[in-house]
Amino acid sequence: MMKSTATTISDSPTAAQGGLGDYLALMKPRVMSLAVFTAIAGMLTAPVPVHPVIAVTALIFIAMGAGAAGALNMWYDADIDRLMSRTALRPIPRNRLPREEALAFGLVLAVGSVFCLGVLVNWMAAALLALTIGYYLIIYTMWLKRRTPQNIVIGGAAGAFPPMIGWAVATGGVSHESLMMFALIFLWTPPHFWALALVRSRDYERAGVPMLPVVAGKAHTRLQILIYSVVMAACAVALAYVGPGGMAYLAVSTVGSVIFVALAWQVFRSGDGLGADAHARRLFAYSIFYLFGLFATLIAERVLGWM
Amino acid sequence: MDAPEQQGTVILTAEEKRRQRARSIAIGFALAGLVVIFYLVTIVRLGGNVFNRPI
Repeated sequence: MMKSTATTISDSPTAAQGGLGDYLALMKPRVMSLAVFTAIAGMLTAPVPVHPVIAVTALIFIAMGAGAAGALNMWYDADIDRLMSRTALRPIPRNRLPREEALAFGLVLAVGSVFCLGVLVNWMAAALLALTIGYYLIIYTMWLKRRTPQNIVIGGAAGAFPPMIGWAVATGGVSHESLMMFALIFLWTPPHFWALALVRSRDYERAGVPMLPVVAGKAHTRLQILIYSVVMAACAVALAYVGPGGMAYLAVSTVGSVIFVALAWQVFRSGDGLGADAHARRLFAYSIFYLFGLFATLIAERVLGWM
Repeated sequence: MDAPEQQGTVILTAEEKRRQRARSIAIGFALAGLVVIFYLVTIVRLGGNVFNRPI
């Protein structure tokens, strides 16, 4: 008996429809670049020099691991990404790729990056990379994000691991210096994301994501931003004393942190009044520049011998 | 305009075929890159011992 072969054109996206750009977008290239940049800082500030080939190899697989976390996040969050203007243009909400494709892509990248980092560099760095991907997917994306306004406080740890991974690439271990760099990013994450959430609170509300401004109100969020900014500023400056920072870092972190706290104070004082959104946007934009500046200074101190 | 071409049970348009080809090429480059990385890291790890073997 002959089988009939049905030919179909499905309305749902197929793997064939995705272009290379869509797969790149799944990896959240901006987040990935920040992860790689902070990993470079961790690697260079470590007391053990790393062979350039090993360093580049490690960075390739750290980038892959960060990309895996991004793809798995987009796989899981596809339903709420459709509802928020900030994320509606991602490949899955735009029907450029099926969800399963993002899952498969993310899993292949995750397993491949951890395995290769372990085999080619060292297993401590690989374990930290696996922890980062698992933490971002399971602890943040699956568990905390839709349940608690503390989602990005606890979940922020995922973004704080890369300098520890970089440090582990060089030393094969964890030390108080790498933990200080972890703490800096960990404390930086809440004011950074809450500044964005103040402006985008309706988006989060529509998607049912309990960000702090949605659950506790904007006034409480502004207070929390100020508190976290002060604690983060102290941690940033402390890196010059108990962390890997030198004199140049001390100067940059002091000036940068004063500006950060001043902007957080402006956000706090502005209330719901005129220009409130502009203040929050300014803090959000500055926070990216600030973190980049601090880690760039740590890198410059090592590369240019400013220590 | 290119007519869609049947492949198995799914019809791929010319644009989809182009993307599929681009992905295949990218996967090829990625695999070649892995081979190069494994080769280079092996040489770096072994160092001078690469040449230290009984004849």
